Amino acid sequence: MTTSANAGIVRRKGVGAKVGRIVLFTVLGLFCVYYLMPLWVVVVTSLKSLDEIRAGSLLGLPQAPSFAAWGKAWSSACVGVRCDGLAPYVWNSVAMVIPAVALSTFLGAIAGYALTKWRFPGADTIFALMLFGAFIPFQVVLLPMARVLGILDLAGSVLGLVLVHTVYGLAFTTLFFRNFFVGVSNGIVDAAKIDGAGFFSIFFRIMLPMAPPVIVVTVIWQFTQIWNDFLFGVAFTVGDSNPVTVALNNLVATSTGVKEYNVDMAAAVIAALPTLLVYVVAGKYFVRGLAAGAVKG
Amino acid sequence: MFARVVEKWLPRIVVMPLFAVSLFFVYGFIAWTTWISFTRSGVMPDYGFAGLQQYERLWSTPRWYVALGNLAVFSILFIGFCIVVGILLAILLDQRIRIEGAIRTIYLYPMALSFIVTGTAWKWILNPGLGLEHLAHQWGWTDFHFGWLVDPRMAIYTVVIAGVWQSSGYVMALFLAGLRSVDDEVLRAAAIDGAGPIRTYTSIILPMIRPVFFSAIIVLAHLAIKSYDLVVALTGGGPGYATDVPATFMYSFAFQRSELGTAAASAVMMLVTILAIIVPYLYSELREAGR
Repeated sequence: MTTSANAGIVRRKGVGAKVGRIVLFTVLGLFCVYYLMPLWVVVVTSLKSLDEIRAGSLLGLPQAPSFAAWGKAWSSACVGVRCDGLAPYVWNSVAMVIPAVALSTFLGAIAGYALTKWRFPGADTIFALMLFGAFIPFQVVLLPMARVLGILDLAGSVLGLVLVHTVYGLAFTTLFFRNFFVGVSNGIVDAAKIDGAGFFSIFFRIMLPMAPPVIVVTVIWQFTQIWNDFLFGVAFTVGDSNPVTVALNNLVATSTGVKEYNVDMAAAVIAALPTLLVYVVAGKYFVRGLAAGAVKG
Repeated sequence: MFARVVEKWLPRIVVMPLFAVSLFFVYGFIAWTTWISFTRSGVMPDYGFAGLQQYERLWSTPRWYVALGNLAVFSILFIGFCIVVGILLAILLDQRIRIEGAIRTIYLYPMALSFIVTGTAWKWILNPGLGLEHLAHQWGWTDFHFGWLVDPRMAIYTVVIAGVWQSSGYVMALFLAGLRSVDDEVLRAAAIDGAGPIRTYTSIILPMIRPVFFSAIIVLAHLAIKSYDLVVALTGGGPGYATDVPATFMYSFAFQRSELGTAAASAVMMLVTILAIIVPYLYSELREAGR
């Protein structure tokens, strides 16, 4: 950030300033500890044996790190009555998130393009009405959605979740692309129109090649939202078709015999890993999405 | 000729199905739920109008009042702590720190996590037997007792703890962006006038970024009202229904107790609350953007 060199308080000099800097870094450091502590606890707990968890310290490093709990969480822990670990549910989430992200991003791109570069009477009203869908509490659509999925014979299926996430992601992806395309000069589009290019050829040959930044932001945003979703997953799927968030919650709640905290924590890491990886690799774009999506939360 | 007509109408032909989808799945569904809330519907939907009886039932259900009380406690503390922590961190990070990028990454990563993961992690940390309490005992504070998670009166505060952990970094980012938008001239002028750092922030800069407060509160209130996953993962709404919030109340009446009418009425109450917060905000934002 180049502007930061000039931002902030005009700096004072001398001993006072030095003490100030020390306090500043101490507080910032303590907050780093605060934000990292749960992740630390989860990871070290997942590497410990149950005996060590009971006897040892919450924060201590594992004495004999073992991935046994990870293996169990992945392939043999009990989620409800089924004891195949999280793996099948991770694949459910993958099967849900890929088509849902692709569809909602693509449709949002077309809608954002049509609403900005081919303005027709009522385009703004249509956009405002569509945007509203991003802000409703989804409780208000749960009951009718369950019925519609039943009628479409998609109840309890991953395909049903793809439909739900595409439909309710559309408002947001349209917003992202509209805001991007609004900044693209109309001159380019008008020139292409004069050359005889049509709606789709302008979209695919001119607009999409300009759009990678917004495509990345949208894909990351949608991926994080849909992977992390719990409400739709728990309301519209049953047992075998649960996404990983629902399975994680069930795994933690399943109490047959001894509570295996290390397995719970390993399962939490497995469920969190995809979005964490995306954040580490493309954090910049994720934060951009957060800023644009300020109201969706 | 035909091709030209199609070409002219193509943008509308493309947008209309998408618009229709949103009309059906958003507005149609809201209408359906609202209608159901005015009927006698129980296990099965019943489409005969029955007046306000579901709302009367809702507002005479003690559990609904527990949910509203929890939402009030949770919202106030969640929004309050997030704002305080967010401003503090934003101001501290605004002091020309070389490793700002790395620190910001650490503060913001919880936003990438699912609330279910956050809830699972904090459920373990706050575990009365083996979590923080155990740790305090090992550090020599043997009479330390921390059983909020299983205490019906205190459990809602554990939701606040986990919620603030997850969302305060995000508020920091909002405020940091606001601070960065303040013109350096203002800072220089304040320094020349002899205003100290604390005074410069409290009486000059923070009042200038009032809109950020406004949007942060809206975002957080919106999050608070919709919060469902975090409560489910952390307390499951319990002990009993001590940590019920409207979102868990609605789910439980809709899918566990099969009282569709009452569930619909509670969903409509949630929608109305969100509308009261969001519509004025969206209106002012869209007007701003239109300029």
